[in-house]
Order: sequence, then structure tokens, then C-alpha cells
Amino acid sequence: MAALIDIRRRIRSVKSTQQITRAMKMVAAARLRRAQERIFNARPYANEMMSLLSSAAARITDRSHPLLAERPIQRQLLVLVTADRGLCGAFNTNLIRATQAYLDEHRERETSIIAVGRKGRDYFARRPVKIIGEHVNIFGRLEFAQAQPIAKSIIDLYQEVKVDSVDFIYNEFKSIMTQRVMVERYLPIKPIVPASGESLVDYIYEQPPLEIFSHLLPRYVEIEVYRALLESQAAELAARMTAMEAATNNARDMIDSLTLYMNRVRQAAITREIIEVVSGAAAT
Amino acid sequence: MAEATLPTEIQLDIVTPDRLAAHDAVTWVTFPGKDGYLGVLPGHAPLLTELGAGELEYTSGNAKHSLAVDGGFAEVLPDRVIVLVQTAERAEDIDVERAEKAKERAEDQLKRFSDPEVDLQHAQEALRRAIARLETAKKYHA
Repeated sequence: MAALIDIRRRIRSVKSTQQITRAMKMVAAARLRRAQERIFNARPYANEMMSLLSSAAARITDRSHPLLAERPIQRQLLVLVTADRGLCGAFNTNLIRATQAYLDEHRERETSIIAVGRKGRDYFARRPVKIIGEHVNIFGRLEFAQAQPIAKSIIDLYQEVKVDSVDFIYNEFKSIMTQRVMVERYLPIKPIVPASGESLVDYIYEQPPLEIFSHLLPRYVEIEVYRALLESQAAELAARMTAMEAATNNARDMIDSLTLYMNRVRQAAITREIIEVVSGAAAT
Repeated sequence: MAEATLPTEIQLDIVTPDRLAAHDAVTWVTFPGKDGYLGVLPGHAPLLTELGAGELEYTSGNAKHSLAVDGGFAEVLPDRVIVLVQTAERAEDIDVERAEKAKERAEDQLKRFSDPEVDLQHAQEALRRAIARLETAKKYHA
């Protein structure tokens, strides 16, 4: 039977762990609210971008642009968006597993990776995959300006025909309880559906529609990259919140059962002492 | 008859990836088109243009507002103007000191134009942005 003092010490240690997990949960919850707001704020820009694109697309007959050009995939680029930190449940593990599955599925292709987030970089740094770019520690202060260099590098690589496809692997924020791993093709851009019907306004174009269209496309990639980063950030915070909530509850259960055990041990000691006294008295 | 149907106000939306920078009913707006400034009054013909860095101004009621914007796009409809830009800073929010520094930095880079490490296009854009911000801020502080 464990000594009383050891159990007390154990309870104290679990309690301080619980304080940490509870604090982490609260921090994640507060930051999650801001992250969700940011997703919400980015929406009008993305929607407007899409509607401009499709209305410009309707004006031009030749919609061939380097970013829309499909070619047989020999060299693929994966942009893996993980978290910078752990303690967020299966968030990173799921991403890495999905990436690995994707790699296994397309063994014949030459793969390179751009790692966004420390966890993905650390995992693939020790594996035989080429990491050609890394963006770590960007989630602390996530801004549109951080999506731009990522967008620029994938656009450049694709236009210079150094890669034949660019896929994003990231966690989508579905709800606080669920995140879904997404594998999305970013380049080539899937064909833009031209606007049609009555909504088609006859614009005066200050610049030729083709020029506007081709300038809109990179901007569209930028906002899509930004969206993936925002989704991932919200999903990470939600995952961390849920994980820390579970940890806090587990700590509580543990404290309860340890307290019960401690009381039992204490009671047993008292009973033993009484028996000793009583049997000693009876013997005389 | 056509005049009677002309709207008297424009619904102006300025959207950036980070926020909705303005959502206002305005009577007049001008913005920096890529090939020169454009002024828009209610009832303007539908128009689509690219924007350069510069100053966007509009009048809402009796108040005049001014924002520094960098490149983007604008869609004009008779009763609506939608401006898509990467950044839009209100004149009163502009950090003049920072803009001055950015301008100096860009000018410095442009002076060393023969240096192969200098990205000229990048520096030029930075200079245009800095100037746009300074001009916009000047209006507010004057």
C-alpha cells in the first residue's frame, strides 16, 4: 500500500497539470474566436474575386493562361499546412498520414514539398522527400501578407514548368468538434466557369478583359492560399481546445480517484491502529 | 424618363482580404485607376478596371473620406461600386513616420539601380505605395 504522503504529492502534481491544460484550453478558445472572425472577414473579398473572374471569363474567348494549362503530372508539389506546435490531438498526425497516403498513391511522380508549419517540416525533414520551401511560425500573427510569398512561389514554380501540379493538404475547419483533412488541387486552376445569363453586365473595360483576367488569376491564387491558412489556423485552435478540454476532464477524473484512494488508505491506517490498541488491551 | 430612374447614391464597398474597409452610401467616389484617376457619380455606366496605388476619396453625406489603397480592381455599376484591394488605410490611421521610412528605403534602392540585387520593380511599387500613403495622410493632417 502506498504511503499517504506519496498519494498527496501525486494529486498535487496532477492538479498543476490540470491548471496548465485548462489555461491552454482557454487561450485556444479565445484565439479561435478571432480566427473564425478572420475567416468571416476574408469571405467578401474571395466572393467578389470569384464573380469578377467569371464575368471577365465570359468576355474572352481564349481562356488559355499559363496557370490554367494542364499537363501530364510528372513532378508534383505538395503544400503541407500543419501546425507549429503539438498538443492539439490528432491534428498533425492526420495531415501527415494523408500526405503519406498521397505519396504512396503517386509513387511514379517526383515529389517536392513546401512545408507550412513546423510539425510537417520536422516530419519530412527526416524522410526522403525534397523540401523546397518552409514557412514556420506564421500562425502567431497570420496576415494576408504571409499568404503572398507562398502564392508567389507556387505560381513561379508552375509557370517555369518546374512542377506540373500543386496540391494543398490542410485541415478544414468544419466545426469546433470536427476538422477534415482536405487535399485540394491549386494549380493548374480548375477552369473558371464564365458568368452567363441575365447577370451578365455589359461592362466598359478600362483594360482589355484578357489583361484583367490574367491579372486576376494570381490574386485568386493568393486569396485561396490565404483561405487555406485561415482554415488551418481555426482548425488547429479548435483541435487544441478539444484536446485540452479532454485532458482537463481526464485530470479531474484522476484527481477524484486518487482522492478516493487516499481516503481509503488513511481510513485503513486508522482502523489498523484501533485494532492494535484494542487487541493490546484484550491481551492484558 | 431615363433621368428619373437614375440612382442618387452609390453603395460603396471596399473589401480587402482582412476586412471590409468601407461599407457606405456615397454620392461621389474617385479612385486611382491603373491608367489614371477615375471619378464616379451615381448612375455611372458599368465599368471594370484595375487599380494602381493611390488615393481613394469619397463623399458620404457631408463628410469627405480618404483612403490610401494599393493595387487591385474596381467594379462600377450604376448604384454600386465594389473595390477590391490588398490594403486600404484610412487617412487618419496612416503612420506617417513609417510611410516616410518606406519611401526613403524605396528611393535608396532605386538609386542603386545598377546593383543586381535590387528588385527594381518591387522598389518602384513600394515607392508608389509610400507616396500614396503620404499624400493621403497629408490631406487629413492639413
